[in-house]
Amino acid sequence: MNTSPAIVIREANLWYGGNQALHDISMDIPEKQVTALIGPSGCGKSTLLRCLNRMNDLIDDVRTTGSFLVHGQDIYAPAADVIDVRRRVGMVFQKSNPLPKSIYENVVYGLRVAGIRDRAVLDAACERALTAAALWNEVKDRLATNGLSLSGGQQQRLCIARAIAIEPGIILMDEPCSALDPIATLKIEELIYELKSQYTIVIVTHNLQQAARVSDRTAFFWLGRLIEYSRTAELFTNPTEKHTEDYITGRFG
Amino acid sequence: MDLHARHFQDELEQLKARLLEMGGLAEDRVRSAVRALVAGDRAAIERVLSGDGPVNHLHVEIDDRCFKLLALQQPMAVDLRAIVSAVKINTDLERVADLAVNIAETAARYLTHPPVKELIDVPRMADIAQGMLRDALDAYVRRDVQLAQAVLDRDDELDALKTKVFRDLLVHMLRDQATVEPSLDLILISRHLERIGDHATNVAEDVIFMVSAKDVRHHAAEE
Repeated sequence: MNTSPAIVIREANLWYGGNQALHDISMDIPEKQVTALIGPSGCGKSTLLRCLNRMNDLIDDVRTTGSFLVHGQDIYAPAADVIDVRRRVGMVFQKSNPLPKSIYENVVYGLRVAGIRDRAVLDAACERALTAAALWNEVKDRLATNGLSLSGGQQQRLCIARAIAIEPGIILMDEPCSALDPIATLKIEELIYELKSQYTIVIVTHNLQQAARVSDRTAFFWLGRLIEYSRTAELFTNPTEKHTEDYITGRFG
Repeated sequence: MDLHARHFQDELEQLKARLLEMGGLAEDRVRSAVRALVAGDRAAIERVLSGDGPVNHLHVEIDDRCFKLLALQQPMAVDLRAIVSAVKINTDLERVADLAVNIAETAARYLTHPPVKELIDVPRMADIAQGMLRDALDAYVRRDVQLAQAVLDRDDELDALKTKVFRDLLVHMLRDQATVEPSLDLILISRHLERIGDHATNVAEDVIFMVSAKDVRHHAAEE
């Protein structure tokens, strides 16, 4: 790889109380590529994803060691500003969660929080984000309607638009399609493919086929450990670890 | 938005392009081998004998592309058939290129003897076999079942010519023992060309399967 990685994780450990959920994870997540995190439930993939924009701060009794560098900056350093971290590392959740506001306000929400008031700036950002999220053509004539009136797939794309409106650089996706039908899923997958020209994307998915389709690199986790991490084409055709092979061929457990 | 993921379609287009390139190379090698035979051009024969690299390279690359597409994209229906067909067509094209080498080898030996007769039917067979191959690949690209069917229909023509070549040369061999070796070489070449027609037929059958999901192999069409 010729560019430096967007995210560098070194010797990361995480405990929920006395229960260790992540064991000594080290990995480089490349810039402007899609990296998929896969593994059975409880393997630590979502926990790791949430570490990347300090979402685990919200949970009591969580202890983290090791380092998480985002574009070279340690996001857990005492001087790091968590709001700034989340501005640079956006998140899209499993269940779409539009705010009970208009489509327009949903998209520009992050910008308003950041203090931007200029209507022209907000308008431009709204159109840009909705276009990038492949939703503009469907909603441009009804930006004032409530975001919750959209279909599930549209709501998820609205959430992606909201995430990218603040130009985060990195987008984390936690099972973004698990509540969507195949057509809406395909649209999101296409969108992921489009977005990676501008954004670094890390996606947690239970859907192995989805990981295979959308990602450039795949990391397989098991019992809180990173078992194998390689190019997706490699991992899905010729994994080096027996555990990985058992998991992707459905022979697990 | 198109229901098929665009980047997957892009990959399929690339696969198709590589397969066509492979077909073009294989066809070109058959043409060169037969031309070299007719012209008695030993240097051209050598070029065919030593020029297998690009085809072999593509053979491996195309299989690898198919393998990854199957593993990563989980293609369904026509897309699945297109990739499975590509794997099979790839094998047929590689065999055609190998047969071009066999023709060149046999031609090299044939040219060490005085010519048995003027070569008429062998070049004709080569023209037909190449035409069948070209049409089969065109049918693949255009997903044209009728064109594929026309390829299947031409195979009989090739078979008939092969039989004619055999009978003609038998007469020479019975008349003059000195012509036995070169005659056998020409019979071998006609057989190689007939095999190339068979591979073109396989490609055409794969095209029909890809487009219409109908398996017409082994005369299933007649049932």
